Amino acid sequence: MNVVSANIGQSVPRIDGFAKVTGQATYAAEPHPPGLLYGVIVNSLIARGRIEAIHDEAARAVPGVTEVMTHHNRPHTALFEKSYVDGLGVPGSPYRPLHDAEIRFNGQPVAVVFAETFEAAREAAMLIQVDYERWPHNADFDAALHQKYMPSKTRSNYVPPKSRGNASEAYALSPVKIEGRFHLAPEHHNPMEMHATTVIIEEDGALTVWDKTQGPQAVQAYLASALSLSGKKVRVRNPYVGGAFGSGLRAQHNVFLAALGAEMLKRPVRVTLTRPQMFTHVFRPEAVMDIALGADRDGTLQSIIVEGVTDTSRFEHNMENVVVWGLIGYKCPNATADYKIAPRDTYTSSDMRAPGAATGVNLFEMAVDELAWACGMDPLAFRLHNYSEIDAMHNMPLTSNALREALLQGAERFGWNGYPPGPGSLRDGRELIGHGMATGIWDAMFSPTAARARLTSDGRLHIATAASDIGTGTYTILAQTASEAFGIPIDRIDIELGDSTLPECPTEGGSWTAASAGAAVWLACQSLREKFLKALAKSENTPERIKQSEVTLTEGELHGVRDGSREVFSLQEALSFIGEASIEAEETAKPGLRDKISEMRKARFTHSAVFCEVRVDEELGIVRVTRLVNAVAAGRIMNPKTAASQVRGAMVMATGMALHEESLMDERYGRFMNHNFSEYHIPSHADIPEMDVLFVDEKDEEVSPLGIKGVGEIGMCGTAAAIANAIFHATGKRYRTLPIIPGA
Amino acid sequence: MRSFSYSRPASFDEACRVPERTRFLAGGTNLIDLMKSDVERPAHVVDLKSLSMDQIEELPDGGLRLGALATNAGTAEHPLVTGRFPLLASAILAGASPQIRNVATNGGNLNQRTRCHYFYDPDMVCNKRSPGSGCSARGGRNRIMAVLGTSESCIATFPSDMCVALAALNAVVRLRGPDGERAVALRDYHRLPGETPWIDNVLQPGEIVTSIDLPSVSFGEHYTYLKIRDRLSFAFAIVSVAVGLDMESGVIRRGCLALGGVGTKPWCVPEAEALMRDRPPSHSLFRDVAECILEGAVADRDNAAKLKLAPRVIERALWQAAEGTPQSQTCKTIR
Repeated sequence: MNVVSANIGQSVPRIDGFAKVTGQATYAAEPHPPGLLYGVIVNSLIARGRIEAIHDEAARAVPGVTEVMTHHNRPHTALFEKSYVDGLGVPGSPYRPLHDAEIRFNGQPVAVVFAETFEAAREAAMLIQVDYERWPHNADFDAALHQKYMPSKTRSNYVPPKSRGNASEAYALSPVKIEGRFHLAPEHHNPMEMHATTVIIEEDGALTVWDKTQGPQAVQAYLASALSLSGKKVRVRNPYVGGAFGSGLRAQHNVFLAALGAEMLKRPVRVTLTRPQMFTHVFRPEAVMDIALGADRDGTLQSIIVEGVTDTSRFEHNMENVVVWGLIGYKCPNATADYKIAPRDTYTSSDMRAPGAATGVNLFEMAVDELAWACGMDPLAFRLHNYSEIDAMHNMPLTSNALREALLQGAERFGWNGYPPGPGSLRDGRELIGHGMATGIWDAMFSPTAARARLTSDGRLHIATAASDIGTGTYTILAQTASEAFGIPIDRIDIELGDSTLPECPTEGGSWTAASAGAAVWLACQSLREKFLKALAKSENTPERIKQSEVTLTEGELHGVRDGSREVFSLQEALSFIGEASIEAEETAKPGLRDKISEMRKARFTHSAVFCEVRVDEELGIVRVTRLVNAVAAGRIMNPKTAASQVRGAMVMATGMALHEESLMDERYGRFMNHNFSEYHIPSHADIPEMDVLFVDEKDEEVSPLGIKGVGEIGMCGTAAAIANAIFHATGKRYRTLPIIPGA
Repeated sequence: MRSFSYSRPASFDEACRVPERTRFLAGGTNLIDLMKSDVERPAHVVDLKSLSMDQIEELPDGGLRLGALATNAGTAEHPLVTGRFPLLASAILAGASPQIRNVATNGGNLNQRTRCHYFYDPDMVCNKRSPGSGCSARGGRNRIMAVLGTSESCIATFPSDMCVALAALNAVVRLRGPDGERAVALRDYHRLPGETPWIDNVLQPGEIVTSIDLPSVSFGEHYTYLKIRDRLSFAFAIVSVAVGLDMESGVIRRGCLALGGVGTKPWCVPEAEALMRDRPPSHSLFRDVAECILEGAVADRDNAAKLKLAPRVIERALWQAAEGTPQSQTCKTIR
């Protein structure tokens, strides 16, 4: 079957854009069922201890308040702790909202006030007084480092570091070496849309749960399990998600509490978090990495030693792949790494955009830059000399690796002309100018995914899968895929996503959705097309002249060619010949499509090369990023427009990581204190220069069925390091703690 | 937020006769936020917007009278302001965002409250919010807090940019209350926290800011508002400096200087300004000025960087003013 590729690879504007900008896209906090109750969460003001008493009399006296739900009066939930493990499966003892009187972290929900109006619920929530028995806690990261450990059970995606050679001996013998402690501040995800849930009670008593999540099926399974409900009684919907960055990977407490409240009150319920409450759950862990690197005088890397620690809660063992990236990406004969987690009395840290790599790649690339300069070598030349064509840690070939092309093309676009002049030597007026670069690497993952394609009598193609479009453009790229695979214009395609009842799709994350859901849609459309053409050929109502024609389907029309003459007829006509109102096919994409996927034998990564120019007023501590170029090698690019937008968005976020974002923990209280957008600084427009994103050609038929690698996260990896390295080049000073803020 | 009564008085006399626990509402960009956060808990909100106080008028001496209800944006863009008091326009444009400036008023800017994390979080003890409860900013995450004018009970920074320029310009705040009208120098309007940090300024119950008077100045291009913050726009000052210099043949006849971001109120030291009288600009002079104005500055746990940064910002701002190259608020390069 030779379908003319029409739509994959084109810069199609977002098909959901109009609905979004005209307010027609429904987000989790927007359905308005009759009789809706508004729930407002009351948060713990201590980090560890026990609730002694909850005084809710004043709250209950507020007109419109219907209930104050606490651990005393909540409905029955699942008996066993394991029933509360969510889709992310972080080992440990999962947090169970309103389970008992114990307080495990500051900001933990202690009560939910339900009222007829949001205003009444919020006012009443302010009137609740809680008496606590306070227990000692530790929320100080430096103190937690003394208790670092490796959990006996690790997260399923954890990649243990694998040593090679003799790193410490090689380090000792290396003529050129650097070592240092690198640090990353904790960050909060802060998508534009705050976490929210609306629970609707259907006529049969089933719950339809509109939730801000990246995985409706994971939340559905979690709710059914934790609330001991029949799976059929819960449906989770998230057709539109206003950003998530990983904060929607776990079922957050708002969804549990909203469903619990609906069960308790037999009323539809909405629970919305405020911006300050967005600082009471997941965050990117704080991290330290002790990195020691040794090289020969000619700049050949001889030794890598990395020890990394990230923080977790006292009750769950959250882990990240922080220390492995340098061992994977550089061909260094001697390398070793160690990773541990440090417990503190906070909520459990969690995955945030490029988890592990955003931390580990950026901090490692800052160290590599130090070594390159110590060798007296152009940082670009140092990378070109030392990067590995294979996964050097597992000694495993890659499905593709266009890092070299990315480095060269990025350098050309930026105008990186050989060895830059020495640090602190470029100046314009009072500003020092610095150029920095770094490489980026991120997993190219694939997860089995199902999709359904259905052609209806109006000639439209309906695609359905339980994927989530968290703002990345999934609707659009799936429409492009369907358009090409089936042969129908994009404006005759409807995409249905974000519903737990749709064909199975893993939680959106890890940049695997484009590759996985894309492949599923491709397969389903191909399958439907075959089925459709077969049925047409077979049906007794199909006119003989058509049966005797060579029938092809393109651009949403059927072409029958016989004896050199061509007859064009519509999908609607064809369906009427078949005698069906609709025809559908469902397929599951597995890594084995095309028989070229070598799941175990090859490693798969996305690569990038980032180049940055900064201007620094050193005296005043002001850094301006003036140019950013990112050359990305991510296999096949489905839609350069939405893909570049993903990379740019991540580069903005990485600029925040380099210069602005930091959740300030007051360890005395165990609370992040700058819990609002006034004081938690994300970059403003003024902080962001024109960003140049280019995609390097990288044909890779092995990485995933459609040759796609995904682009949601790669923009984080390397960008913060390129900025930090440019600051060094401008000033001659090393800043090893991110963010680099005025007065640092 | 908590329930409150709302009224929109038609006259000053009506507005001034207010019961206890009243807050006046103008633009609402700060008050409403604070009410949502349960920091401000007024029983009564008296909306002043129907009172006519939004004019910008010339004064006989060449100065200006800025109505308390004129918006920040309307003030910053007004030709009389940009023509005669570009320092004020620049400071206003250095603050907040266009959306906020379009709504926020001049009177409200004077009366805005601190952005101290601990003040803004009603779970934390704070003397400014709950008199006598203690100060959790001390010993806490206080990088943004004040180093000048602090007391044992409070280290909260006064966050305004506009008021820093108004202080440098020796503006006068005109008030109207139950006992009639009075005028207070801007420099005396805000109070040091001392043992009563919950009292931000000299406003008496029922008193309303009606206007801000700007006496005539002749700084020409010898002014600047230089603001250092944690990102290039839309953040409160870590250190900011407003300077106006009367220059004549390369000599400073009179220098006016105020600091923001470092004090519990807009920070002025007349002795520091007096140092500049009839002196030509020089590094040693400006260093002396900086040293004088920062005398007594004390850091707490996280804000020692301000002690290092402030003199540099002051000196840079003084040079910008002396050289007649005021800081642009759109081009982020600092000369």
